[in-house]
Amino acid sequence: MKEKSRRFLAVDIAYLGLMILPIVAGIVLKVLTKPASDSIEITGAQIYRTIPMPVQDLVITESQINSWLVMVAILGLCLFLTHGLSTRKAGVRQHVAEWIVETVDRLVQDSMGTYFMGFAPFVIAILSLSAFSSLVTLFGLYAPTSDLNVVAGWAVLVFVLITYYKFKCGPLQYLKSFAEPVPFLAPLNIISEVATPVSMAFRHYGNVLSGSVISVLVAYALQALSNLVLGWLPGVLGEFPFLQIGLPAVLSVYFDVFSGCLQAFIFAMLTMMYVSGGFPSDLYFARQAEKQQKKMKTKKMEVM
Amino acid sequence: MLELAIGIILGGCALGAGCAMIAGIGPGIGEGNAVAKACEAIGRQPESKSAVTSTMLMGCAIAETTGLYALVIAILLLFVAPNILVDILLKAVGM
Repeated sequence: MKEKSRRFLAVDIAYLGLMILPIVAGIVLKVLTKPASDSIEITGAQIYRTIPMPVQDLVITESQINSWLVMVAILGLCLFLTHGLSTRKAGVRQHVAEWIVETVDRLVQDSMGTYFMGFAPFVIAILSLSAFSSLVTLFGLYAPTSDLNVVAGWAVLVFVLITYYKFKCGPLQYLKSFAEPVPFLAPLNIISEVATPVSMAFRHYGNVLSGSVISVLVAYALQALSNLVLGWLPGVLGEFPFLQIGLPAVLSVYFDVFSGCLQAFIFAMLTMMYVSGGFPSDLYFARQAEKQQKKMKTKKMEVM
Repeated sequence: MLELAIGIILGGCALGAGCAMIAGIGPGIGEGNAVAKACEAIGRQPESKSAVTSTMLMGCAIAETTGLYALVIAILLLFVAPNILVDILLKAVGM
């Protein structure tokens, strides 16, 4: 019994390491590669390496590395939460994991319907990836979601899903959906179709980026103000930015924690709404029922 | 002469960014309306608070979109466009 529990603990520690080590690795990488500077910098993701490719050079940036680190950390969290599941004695961890799964199931059921229940894992994956990508700024890392490329990739993925479900009733039905409600509005419908992924990407990216830009500007302004007001103090006291204490933390709670989680939730909600909204459910189910009836009829004929 | 040209580019970019953010008025009014109505709804039916709140946040996020388009354009104008435009100018002058 004791041997088993020791092994259990070792696996637990390994999973915790899998959760924490990527973040530490990201911080170490940033400290090693980021050139130190005092002035404010509002730049995009740092480029680590450029790999020559035939059409266009493949660029390995900070945002790619950070999103992979976040993915590994989420994997560690999932393994940690689901380690040692039991039907008899459920621990706190199991309750948390069950609560997450049940909540997401209920959310998907409420907003998409029972036909799309298979979407629950996808929704929680995109939700947690987005939320943790934004929350990684709390450790001082570059948030992958403040890079347009990352979010645009997710938006394209969602767009493919939307189009796939619109194609469920055949390509003719898909083309017909553009001519609604009257055929001459087709150009507008095409524009709104393209605007869906663009607006999703810009919404998420703009929110996260604006938060970080405003935080940096406020911190810099407070430093300048502090130098101006308290510059007469002797020695180190005069250089220390006292006014920077406090206010940036409050801003961070709003911009990093609240806004990041809210945007993740909104991205997941919009994914669900667009996918289930574009799906012509009435027609699809009617056709499915027809097919079923035909099958039944042929079966009956065979039996007779 | 070149300094003047670069100065005009920088000033134009800054002015453009400022003008772009006029679009912030729209989402401000819209979200204010949405929150006011949500407060009214909660006041009338306190038991539906959670549903109203989540719907309101959702609507606010969508109403914010136009403002964020403007913000993205303003950020591009402030931090990306000047470098590119100055490069183009220097290339055209032949430096």
